[in-house]
Amino acid sequence: MTNIILPDLGEGISKAVIACWHVKPGECLKEGQEVCEAVTDKASFVIEAPADGKLQSIVINEGQEALVRGILGIME
Amino acid sequence: MDMKAGFIVQDWGLVDYKEAFERQKQGVSDVMNGGRDLLILCEHPPVLTLGRMSTQESLLYSRQEIQKRGLDIIEVDRGGDVTLHAPGQLIIYPLFNLNNHGKDLKLFMENLEEVAVDLLKNFGILAISIPGKRGVFAGSQKIVSIGVGVRKWVTYHGLGINANTDLSLFNLIKPCGLDVRMTSIKEVLKKPVDMDALKIEAVGQFKKHFSYD
Repeated sequence: MTNIILPDLGEGISKAVIACWHVKPGECLKEGQEVCEAVTDKASFVIEAPADGKLQSIVINEGQEALVRGILGIME
Repeated sequence: MDMKAGFIVQDWGLVDYKEAFERQKQGVSDVMNGGRDLLILCEHPPVLTLGRMSTQESLLYSRQEIQKRGLDIIEVDRGGDVTLHAPGQLIIYPLFNLNNHGKDLKLFMENLEEVAVDLLKNFGILAISIPGKRGVFAGSQKIVSIGVGVRKWVTYHGLGINANTDLSLFNLIKPCGLDVRMTSIKEVLKKPVDMDALKIEAVGQFKKHFSYD
């Protein structure tokens, strides 16, 4: 199992809102594929799949807040 | 932020928003693949763009009514809410690879604001950034909008500086989702500003704030 994580975005940024998911649970993903966008402080940051695999579930839905280094989704 | 390799400046002139966006994407790809950072300057024909935080309330008129007035409405992958672009607004797109410069998004955003504050200062306008409200303000009125996108730590989108912008167009929207009035350099100084002089100053400020040689 691999987790999709909100990366550290810089000093002083502790959270971000997930603006949109580009993939759905059950979809096969390639490493580096764009999976969702996190928005903070007038910046939209594209999050990528960390490895090849299938998206098992979304942990942070669109419109919800995520913590830096928190789990956004789970891959199998 | 140490960026000694320097950036390439490109002036695209007046360019359609969608065309510029496609060209930005190509630029991002080039930078991602090891190309030098790019600083793009341009203006757009009138268009409304909706950032990722836009809501129904961001537009003060129906989409149909706005489109009847000849403005396209485009959803874009940048942070922030709705904004307007029009001739007389200097658009600056820094396509910078933050992988080489500390991967600090907050510092990057703060540097963008400092560029705008110092640029305006050199045109005789006392502008400020307000904690918690991205953008730059002249008094209580917003004069510069900021919204960026980041892909693999390469930045795109950027700044919109109202120089000689037709401010009546902002009546169509709630700029950046805020109850704020927009202003321009022309309105504050009561005379139009030379866009070429503004561009030269903008490049100089980027060199200063992003530690270019």
